[in-house]
This record gives sequence, structure tokens and C-alpha cells, in this order.
Amino acid sequence: MTRAPERRDLFPGALEMMILQSLRLKPMHGYALVKHIQQVSDNLLQVEEGSLYPALQRMLREGWLESEMGISAKGRPTRIYRLTNAGIRHLENEIVSFDKMFAGITRVLAIAKA
Amino acid sequence: MPALNRIFGRRRRFEDISVSIQEHIEERADELVDEGMPREEAERKARREFGNVAVVQERSREEWQWRALESIWADLKFTFRRLRKSPGFTATILLTLAIGIGANTAVFTVVDSVLLKPLPYPESGQIVALWLNAPGAGGLANFSNGLQLSSSMYFTFAEHNQTFQSLGVWTMQTANVTGLAQPEEVRAALITDGVLQTLDVPAAAGRWLSQADQDAHGAKSVMLSYGYWQRRFGGSRAVIGRSIQVDAETREVVGVMPRGFRMVDRDFDLLVPLAFDRNNQKLAGFGYDGIARLKPGISLKQAQADVARLIPVWMDSWSNGPGSDPHYYRTWKIIPHFRLLKQQVIGNIASVLWVVMATVGLVMLIACANVANLLLVRAESRQQELAIRAALGAGRARIVRELLVESLSLGLLGGLISIVAAHAGLRLLVAMGPADLPRLSEVTLDARSLGFALALAVLSGLLFGSIPALKYARARASAAMSVTNRTASAGRARQRSRNVLVIAQVAMALVLLVSAVLMIRTFAALRNVEPGFTGAEHLQTLRISIPGSLVEDPRAVARIQNDIADKLAAIPSVRSVAFAAAVPMDGNDPNWDEIRVEGKNYPGNHPPLRLFNYVAPGYFHTVGTRLVAGREFTWTDVYGLRPVVMVSENFARETWGSAPAAIGKRLHQFQNLPWCEVIGVVQDVRQHGVDETAPALVYWPSMITDPYTPQPTVSVVRSAAFVIRSDRAGNETFVNEIQQAVWAVNADLPVASVQTMQEIYGQSLARTSFTLVMLGIAGSMALALGIIGIYGVISYAVSQRTREIGIRLALGSPRGELKWMFVRSALTMTAIGIAIGAGAAAILVQWLKSLLFGISPFDPVTYITVPLVLTAAAALAGYLPARRAAAVDPVEALRAE
Repeated sequence: MTRAPERRDLFPGALEMMILQSLRLKPMHGYALVKHIQQVSDNLLQVEEGSLYPALQRMLREGWLESEMGISAKGRPTRIYRLTNAGIRHLENEIVSFDKMFAGITRVLAIAKA
Repeated sequence: MPALNRIFGRRRRFEDISVSIQEHIEERADELVDEGMPREEAERKARREFGNVAVVQERSREEWQWRALESIWADLKFTFRRLRKSPGFTATILLTLAIGIGANTAVFTVVDSVLLKPLPYPESGQIVALWLNAPGAGGLANFSNGLQLSSSMYFTFAEHNQTFQSLGVWTMQTANVTGLAQPEEVRAALITDGVLQTLDVPAAAGRWLSQADQDAHGAKSVMLSYGYWQRRFGGSRAVIGRSIQVDAETREVVGVMPRGFRMVDRDFDLLVPLAFDRNNQKLAGFGYDGIARLKPGISLKQAQADVARLIPVWMDSWSNGPGSDPHYYRTWKIIPHFRLLKQQVIGNIASVLWVVMATVGLVMLIACANVANLLLVRAESRQQELAIRAALGAGRARIVRELLVESLSLGLLGGLISIVAAHAGLRLLVAMGPADLPRLSEVTLDARSLGFALALAVLSGLLFGSIPALKYARARASAAMSVTNRTASAGRARQRSRNVLVIAQVAMALVLLVSAVLMIRTFAALRNVEPGFTGAEHLQTLRISIPGSLVEDPRAVARIQNDIADKLAAIPSVRSVAFAAAVPMDGNDPNWDEIRVEGKNYPGNHPPLRLFNYVAPGYFHTVGTRLVAGREFTWTDVYGLRPVVMVSENFARETWGSAPAAIGKRLHQFQNLPWCEVIGVVQDVRQHGVDETAPALVYWPSMITDPYTPQPTVSVVRSAAFVIRSDRAGNETFVNEIQQAVWAVNADLPVASVQTMQEIYGQSLARTSFTLVMLGIAGSMALALGIIGIYGVISYAVSQRTREIGIRLALGSPRGELKWMFVRSALTMTAIGIAIGAGAAAILVQWLKSLLFGISPFDPVTYITVPLVLTAAAALAGYLPARRAAAVDPVEALRAE
């Protein structure tokens, strides 16, 4: 697919983590998710639609999300995604392991700098 | 459960995805409108930002699918829809493939059953055929497989070897079974102890013949084959212990061998103990097939060394009677020449089968080239579709996969249909194959054959599919879309792969045609050989045996034979009747022994061995062997035991310089025997087949003074091959009349091996004619496929270049020149193909060498005719579409677009 070279991919699992964290606040539909992540990250992170929808389906399949019929802000029919208990558990596990990994990376980088 | 949910909940999921995405884009557009962008532009921008909706949808949906499987399924559905739309194209390809794969499967089945599978005996790799070589024995070992064993060798080898678990000798004979219904001649395998142990197949009922059964003076026993047991005794177990009359001797049935058990490569009805009398054996009598089972871990070489050591022991232990030199056989330089039994059974058929296999393989390649060509043309016409798909985001792999799915499903469908073709082909092959094709009974279409067909289907699908796939996967979207209609003619590059395919086809067709023509020339050369008999289709042959147990007195036997000949001669339409110990090419050598010519000295006092035949008066006249000098035997010679002999022309020439010079000369077998006078010389006879040189032959009367007994006794031909010249030869009622005539003389005499001389002659040509027919079929298929290939390519080029032709015509190009342009391109391809093919043929025909007769593998006639024929065919194949090109109306052609 055509992909702007200056935009970096998130590492595997990061997109999922971000979606799960966002949905933990409140159930949202797809467009709202994109907007939310963009705003919260101060435009640092841009979720690609091409990755978002397959990721949502993958997470539905894993049982971390549920989808329901809903109405968008403009009153059009859409699908609202909601976090399940399994999703919450998965998110917490992911955050723990991400923290560990991040700490590790930071240390390594610190040594490299020194 | 989740799996089920995945399938049933899917439709809803897919809808969710598209609803979500739709909403996503609209919401973005709304937002842009809110920012002040015009609606239309906002929608466009939102869509562009989102990217390829279809791809995102597909990839989202894929999360719910068994990805690869389902998209292949979609490809398959698409493929079948397209194939259904062009039934002519599909049928052509499927038929080509079905015939190609079917033919290959049929031939593979034969090759597999005959050459590849082990023999149907346990641990059959341990079984060895005991043949010897005797380079010093002159003609004896020249033509056949070597030297067989004698009974005394059996005793020595069996008792003193250290390398075999078991060892035995056997021979086939016909035997008369009487006392059941009509007297019947059956096939008896005479075996010693050790034969059954070597083959190691347990009896189906009762027991094996035991060592006790081999006692010459003990109880007489016999075993039955499964077939004979079913046929004569309805498979009743009560037959064990029952007695039957075999050659007028009462024998007790002790066992039955299981279904499918064959005596090495022979079918039989009875297994009879050889029961040699140990005290009565001589060195000579090399007439038995030896088989043995190696001890585990012993190699063929070790076994040969072991037996080589025993040959002097054998000479020390036995003699040929008082006064003879037991070490005479030193001059024969006997050495073991053992081979695995399987090798022995397969014999020289292997080369034929591999040639046939290679042949149909080549035809398959040519067929694949044709199919690839068709697919190329088709892919060409789909180029725009493929380009659009590429533009819509289909990856190269995706398109390659789709093209391969198409070719593979064609291959597999063709393979499926080919099973029918293979079944029919196999029946044809078995019916047409040489009657002496070994292991014929084992040939069946089994799982291995089906596996082969499947593998071939997949392989050929990949082969002919990969050519268009590789070519069109590279198609650039932009390039392909622009190369639609307006460009005047197809680029050279687009035509090139088809040209290469056609060149390959021509080259392969040339190889096949050269082989086929070489075989035709071989066959013609064989047909031109004078076999030493005439009018084979009017010669009825049959065998009548009079065992000593039925009529003991040799003179009485001669009289019965004389009576039978007279009775047969009285049948209407019979022109003459006679008999001999063997007729040409029937596979029997009545005897081989030394011949001493009066006035000649022989080095070491050992004259060369000569082939003998024993013939009745009128034999040569009946079979049509020309009398070159002197006269034939008369009944007076026979009854009077006169010391007379006849010889073949080559013997006379070699010995006395010319045929007339032989008359009145004298010869004998052994020094203590009286001289016999040569009274006639006859034309040479191809006794061992058309393709074997005619041996020097010595003919004795059918009844003579026995040269092998110390006291003069009378020896007579007891198993006589009768020959009857009649226009009704081969006719069934005629054979019945013959049987009645024989029974009128003696009601206990069965008639066996009823054949016309033509059939015997045909069998001798069977290997050649089989190869010829196979290569002929393959060659004509190759020629037809090659012509279709050339025709296809040229006519496609014509249709692609219609515009160009129109322009050329409009500019005043002569039509003749236009035609020539297309014919020339056909001829160029053919010429290149012929050059490559001739080179390949020169190398590949080395394989054929052993099958050729009377011509060289580089026969100039062949190498000139075949390219000429191919060129003519190619010119025609190019001319037909070229004529169409010349008939183009320039106005129409230019307006067409």
C-alpha cells in the first residue's frame, strides 16, 4: 500500500494497546478513535485507517472488544466498539510488559549516551 | 464453537466493517466541510486520505477468514466461471492434458509393475538366477542368456556352496494328464528340492514338495497351481491326497500353491518333483534354470566366487560316461554369471519400456507447450483485465497465484479425466504389448499409478502455467493499459515466448519422428530377412508328445507319428504335413553337441558345438525351407535308421566351401560312432528369431541310433512339433478336425501349442513392432501437436497484425509477398527447431541402438526425410493463416478499430 515514508509505523501491539486504552475511557466508533488518539498524543501519533480497521476486527476476534450498532455524532449509523473484561485484562498485561520493555530500552539508551 | 461463530457471524461482521468505514469517511468529509471546504472537494479529500477502501475492507474481512484458503477458493470460483465461458478453449486443453497424462500414466503403470516393483516373493532381492558363462563353448553360449545348469551341477552346488540358504533347479515341460476328463496337456514345472524354499511362498493348501518327494524311487507326488486347482477341482480341499495320472504315472496331490504364484516368470499347472537319480547323472545336460536364495549379507560377487570354486569340484565328481574326459569342460572356461532374479525376469524388455516411457514423456512436453501457448494467447487477451487489477492494488504475487490457480485446476481436471484415458490406454498397451512381456499379470492401475497421474497433473499445471504467469506478472499497469488497441502491431517481445515454445515443439517432434522412422526402417529390414520358411500364415503348427510311459517302443512312436501325419494329410485342404523336434523361432533348441567332419582335425580334439534338429521326411518341403542340394529324408531312412544327415547351407559353406560339395561328405558326433553321410543341404533358417543370425544347423532324422548310450539303442523325437500346410491354417474347425484325426490314431494324445507359423513369426517381431507402434503413435501425435502449434502461432500473429497488413496492402505491398512473410516466419521457427532437434536426436537415439536392426542410428535416409516432412508440414501450417492474411480487405482492416 502507498504509505508516506516520513510516518513511522507503531511497533506491533502498540496500536492495539492504544485502542484498548482509548476505549477504556469510553466506547467509541472508528473515526472517533482516530481523532482521540491524534488529539491525546498532540498529533504525535497518527493512526492509519488501513491498519485501524483490520486491527479492530482482529481484536473483536480475540474477544477483547465488542461491537454494537450506534449512531455517530452526526446522526449516521455506525458501529461503536466497547472494551470487554478480557480486553481489560489483556490491556493490563500489555502495559506491564510494555513498561518493562520501555525501562529496558531507556537503560540501554542511557548507557549508549554516557 | 468460535469456529462456527466465525462462519455464521461473518456476514454481519462484514457489514459492520463497511458501515464503519463508510461512516468514517463521511465524518471526515463533514469535518472538512465544517472547516470551510466545498462538499464535493471534501468528500474527495476524505476518500483519498482514507486510502484504498476495497483493500482495507478486504484486509479487515481477512481477519475472519482462513485467509489463504478462502482467497484461493475465490480464485477457483473465478477460474471456473471463466473456463465455463470459453468451452472450446477449456475442452481443447482438458482433452490434450487427459490424453497426455493418461498415456504417461498407462506407460508408467507398466514400467512400474514390470521394472520397478520387486518380484512377488518375500525378500525377493536375495533371489539369484544361476546362469553360467562358457566363453570357450562356441555357439552354445552365443545367443542366449549364457549357459544353464546341469543336474550334476545342481548336486555339487547345492551340497557344497557356502553362500546360499537354498538352491534348486527347475525346468518347464508339458505333461499329459489323463483319467480326469479328456486327456489334457498341461504346463508342468519340474523342480528340485530348494526351489520352493528359495521362492519361499507357502502353500495355499496341503504342503510343499519335500525332500522325500525328490527320491527317484520313492512315492510319486505333485502340487497344483491355484488356477488348475480351481479349474479342474473347483477349489475343493478334498483334492489333497487324491491321485492323478501325469504322463501315465500315478501321482498323489500333496498341496496347492496360492493364487498369483508363478514359477519365476512362467505360468504352470503342476509342480512335479524332478527326482534325479543321483547314481545316474552326468556332467552334461545343461538344460536347467538354477535359482538360489543368498544368505543374508552375502553379495552376488561373493556367491559367484563361491561357485567358481566349485566348478573344478564338479568336474572331479562326475563324468559323461566311461572313456570320456571329465575335464573336457575346462576348455569351455565355465564361470558363474549370476544375476538377480528380477533382472533375469525383466530381460531385454527394459530398454523398450524406457524408450516408450521417454517417448510419451516427450509427447507430454509437447502437449504442455501447446497448452502453454494457448494460455499465453489467453493471458494476452486478458492483459487489460490484469493491468486493471494491478492498478487496483493486486500485488504481483496475487496475479501470479491466480494464473497458477487456473493452470493448476486445468492440470488437475485434466488429470482426473486422464484416469479414464489411462485405463483405456493400459488395456490397449497390455493387448498390444509383446506377448512375452514379463510380469504382465501384475500390471494394474493402482495407487502408485494414480499418485503418478496426480503428480504429473500438478507438475504439468505448474509447467505450462508458469510461462504466462511469469510473463504477465511483470506487466506494468501503465504499459499494459496503453498497449490496447491503437498500436499497430504487437511488439516482438510479445510474440517471442510463443515462438520459443513452437521451436521447442518442433525440436521434440523431430526427435520422436526420427526415432519412429528408425523403427519403421528396422521393421522393414526385419521383414526383408529371409526367415527360412515361406507362407507362414498357411502353416499350422502344434505339438504332440508321446511319453515313454504311454508308448515305450521308439519304433512304435515313429509309426504313430507317421500314422498321425498320414491322417492329417487326408484332411481336406491340407497340402502337406511333417514334424520336427522344433520349428523355427518357437524357442526350443532340441540339442547342441560336437560334430566331427571326416578328414578334419580339431584343436585339443574338441570340435565346435552345433545346433541339432531332428526332422521327419517332408519337413523342409512343408515349411518351405529351400533345398539347396541333395535330397530330404525318406521314411525308409527313418525306419531303417540309416546313417544319413542334412546340414544348413552356412554349415556346408563353412566346412566344404559350397553346398553341392557337401553331398556325400561324412560326419559324426563321437569318434566311436559310425560316419553319417550328408544327403542334403537346406537354406539357412533364423532359428532364434529374425534379428538373430541363422545358426549352423545339423539335421538328423526323427528316429536315429542313440549316440548317448553305450549299447546301440533307438532314440526318437517324443515331443514333435507338427507342421501342416493348408489354406485353412488358424481356422477353429480346422483345429478340431486335426484333434479328431490325432485321436483317431491314439485317443490318449492331446494336441498342444496350436499356433500358426505367422503367430510364431509375429512374436519374434513383437518387441520391434511394439516399439514401432508406440513410437509411431507418439511421433504422429508430436507431428500433429507441432503443426497445431505452428498454425496457432501464425494465425494469432495474423489476427494481431490485421491492421498492419491492411496498411501494407494499402501501400501497395503484393499479396504474394505478404503470404510469404508469414510462411517464412513459420519456416524460420521450423528450421531452428529442426537444427536443435537433430542435435538432440543424434544424442538420444543412442538409447534406441539396442532396438535397431540393419540400420545405423544415424541413418541418412531418416535424417533427410524427417526434416523434409516437418518442413512441408510447417509450410502448410503457416500457409493456411497466411492466406487469410493476404485476403484481408485493407479498407475493412483499417476501419475495424
